[in-house]
Amino acid sequence: MLYTLNINGHSRSVEAEPATPLLWVIRDELNLTGTKFGCGVAACGACTVHFNGTPIRSCSFPVDGAADNEITTIEGLRGQVAEAVQQAWREKDVVQCGYCQSGQIMSAVGLLSSNPSPSDSDIDGAMAGNACRCATYVRIRDAIKLASKKLEV
Amino acid sequence: MAMQLSRRDFLKSTAAGAAVLVVGMNSKGVLAAGKAETVVNPFVRIHQDGIVTVIAKHFEMGQGTTTGLTTLVAEELDADWRTIKVEFAPADPEKYKNLFWGSQGTGGSTAIANSFMQYREAGTAARELLVNAAANKWGVDAADIAVSNGILTAGTKQGHFGDFIEQAMALTPSEKPTLKSHDQFKLIGKLDLPRKDSQSKTDGSAMFAMDIKIPGMVYAVIQRSPRFGGVVTSFDTSEAKKVAGFVDAKALPNKAGVVVFAKNTWSAFQARNAIQTEWDYSAAESRSIADMTASHRELTRSPEFDTGKVSRVQAQTSISGAAQIVDAEFVFPFLSHAPLEPLNCVIEPTENGVKFHDGCQSPSLVQGAVGHVLGLQPEQIEINTVYAGGSFGRRATPIADYQVEAALAFVLLGEKTPVKLVWSREDDIRGGYYRAMAVHTANIGLDGGGKILGWDHRIATKSIMKGTPFENFAVHNGVDNSSVEGVADTLYNLPNMAVGLSDFKSAIPVLWWRSVGHTHTAYAMESLLDMIAHETGQDPIEMRLGLLDRADDKQRRMAGVIEAARDLSGWQKKDKRGFAAHFSFNTWVAVVADITVNGQQVHVDKLHIAVDCGVAVNPDVIRAQMEGGAGYGLGAVLRNEITFEDGEVVQSNFPDYPPLRITDMPEVEVAIVASAEAPSGVGEPAVPPAGPAVANAIFAVTGQRITQLPMSKSGFQFV
Ligand code: FES
Ligand code: FES
Repeated sequence: MLYTLNINGHSRSVEAEPATPLLWVIRDELNLTGTKFGCGVAACGACTVHFNGTPIRSCSFPVDGAADNEITTIEGLRGQVAEAVQQAWREKDVVQCGYCQSGQIMSAVGLLSSNPSPSDSDIDGAMAGNACRCATYVRIRDAIKLASKKLEV
Repeated sequence: MAMQLSRRDFLKSTAAGAAVLVVGMNSKGVLAAGKAETVVNPFVRIHQDGIVTVIAKHFEMGQGTTTGLTTLVAEELDADWRTIKVEFAPADPEKYKNLFWGSQGTGGSTAIANSFMQYREAGTAARELLVNAAANKWGVDAADIAVSNGILTAGTKQGHFGDFIEQAMALTPSEKPTLKSHDQFKLIGKLDLPRKDSQSKTDGSAMFAMDIKIPGMVYAVIQRSPRFGGVVTSFDTSEAKKVAGFVDAKALPNKAGVVVFAKNTWSAFQARNAIQTEWDYSAAESRSIADMTASHRELTRSPEFDTGKVSRVQAQTSISGAAQIVDAEFVFPFLSHAPLEPLNCVIEPTENGVKFHDGCQSPSLVQGAVGHVLGLQPEQIEINTVYAGGSFGRRATPIADYQVEAALAFVLLGEKTPVKLVWSREDDIRGGYYRAMAVHTANIGLDGGGKILGWDHRIATKSIMKGTPFENFAVHNGVDNSSVEGVADTLYNLPNMAVGLSDFKSAIPVLWWRSVGHTHTAYAMESLLDMIAHETGQDPIEMRLGLLDRADDKQRRMAGVIEAARDLSGWQKKDKRGFAAHFSFNTWVAVVADITVNGQQVHVDKLHIAVDCGVAVNPDVIRAQMEGGAGYGLGAVLRNEITFEDGEVVQSNFPDYPPLRITDMPEVEVAIVASAEAPSGVGEPAVPPAGPAVANAIFAVTGQRITQLPMSKSGFQFV
């Protein structure tokens, strides 16, 4: 099947089987490799992208359902919330191996876009699906709070 | 951004075109500077624009090495932290060897420890050359030149590094240029030095091997035997052929599996799942976990090897008259490393060999093992080292397992097509190279006053080193040190301690897993000490301090971290909290754990961690490794186990091998003990004490002692 995807504000045509997960189209066909493969079963969040602004696990989302919707990957993140989150991530030096961090940032941007001052349990709720094997969670929490503070002013 | 160049590109970029000052060692191993040809192992490169590049001989799996090595050079060179760059060294065991091993590789928390002098010397030699060059050019005294943030100044004269490299190239560094004294450090020990890899790892541009794509590349996945040691007898591809993008399927030459080739990763996974394979299990591991556990228990009854300070007979004699006995058995499961980036690498043909793109933990092991398979000399195998999405030890196996798989797949396809080998998460969880299962038993005799009289400790576990190229240096008198480290060499003065060891035999591949033997020995030792303290009414911290002799340097530093953790946490006698401390990789770590228990529900609230790792090169990286190491250890003891049913691994992916989540993560507070000693490791040492500190807290609060891991099997729920 030939699909036309709206990805990071561009229209891109790709040939794919309808059941192919969006993740593999993004990575192998469109060469946007910031979105990662960690588990393939919606259990780690490494593949998180925005679907009309909402975080989804692209490894478990068929390309067939993605056409005609706005897809944003880490490479296409723009705007005040994204900048606050990425800046906070750098100020707190959150990353270790870094492999989970695109997904963490996509989830955090999703959270702060709908809820600019999240409580600890809001953070838990939004971030529990994003595994970090390096256990950078202390700093992920701190960075989300810092980003939230940046958005206040 | 840490990019890496091949040897050829590297020489090209340093020899031709713009002038580049290169500093490292010459072929006689003394400091040298000049063009790339005269300096055989460059550690520092300075371009005409003044930009400094550090060549990192160690890979980056998140432990902060690229930041650490860059700090060492930038410190002595007085370079500008904002602009200094780092790239990975090419594979070359002579030039870029780990000075502790003699081959190129990263592990055992040695990266900064072995490089501390080497990288500083390269930095200071570069500085000296630039200063002398500026002195000549300006006609001033070298002593009158100040260097700061990559700028040289003398009176009104000013210039950046690049302005002097032409002149500097003609100079010879002194044999031993003076290093800064510790009180002159401006970057080493500074808390807020930003990591070098933060930018690219927060905008999606950091390159991992998983992200490498080469024109014409074919994707390979492997269907491996469901039981370790099984071999392919036949396979049927008729269903796989129906998968769009399927290219071919071939059995590995050693029949360990079937390689499936496809045009993209998803097709390769689909086609692999569609292949029907018949296996011969006659030499395979076919036991279930209950049998394996029983076999470990049996092995502890009559240890094959004695490795304690006294014989078992002497320990038992000392225990025989004891007023009180502490007796325990601990069972530790197999564990998977499960780095978030599943294993993968890319292999492509070159003019005279092959080139790998790999988050390569041990280039020397890969060159050796792949060279053997392909009939190539090590130098014919180039390695482009890229970021590794975690490893925890998994990306370095003695036989370079996944790189050899990729090489075999490359051969099966005719040696002309680039091949990307990808493991799925299921392959990773089921693919072996686990932390070995272990059973410990201990029989400890105490006198009426709570003093230890004798200690009969026994361990049964599969040896990591036996049957590998490391056997010669790691196994002595039959004892694999990595099976008993942390018990046999305990820093506590434990009288009449015997340590027995038996090797469990199985086809299940086992491997070093972040902190190796200490992953189980620390849990057993620190639980046992806690049991003794509680049985005899002593304070767990005070009792430990009483077992240390401060006249001994290592014991003094152990006492130091214990006190630091005690003070950091405000520990009071009779507190219902947990304590554990452990020495590993030349680093001392002590942990106080605070938990909340609600019925059977347990939450770990906070870990107070004290660490003594010598000079703290990057304090914030050390803190991050304490947080991450403790989290990694905690995740494993709470919920993780690999079990077997008729030889097949039961778990398959994160739903049944649950990683630690943000909801599980305690607060972490870290105290770094001030020290002027040589720096030691930080990547591993926080792992061992975290689990037992939490176990001891659970005992303090509930009275229940958890001796079978994971803890989730003991009826507790971790929330
Ligand atoms: S790869 Fe999609 S959630 Fe893990
Ligand atoms: S930083 Fe390594 S998995 Fe999160």
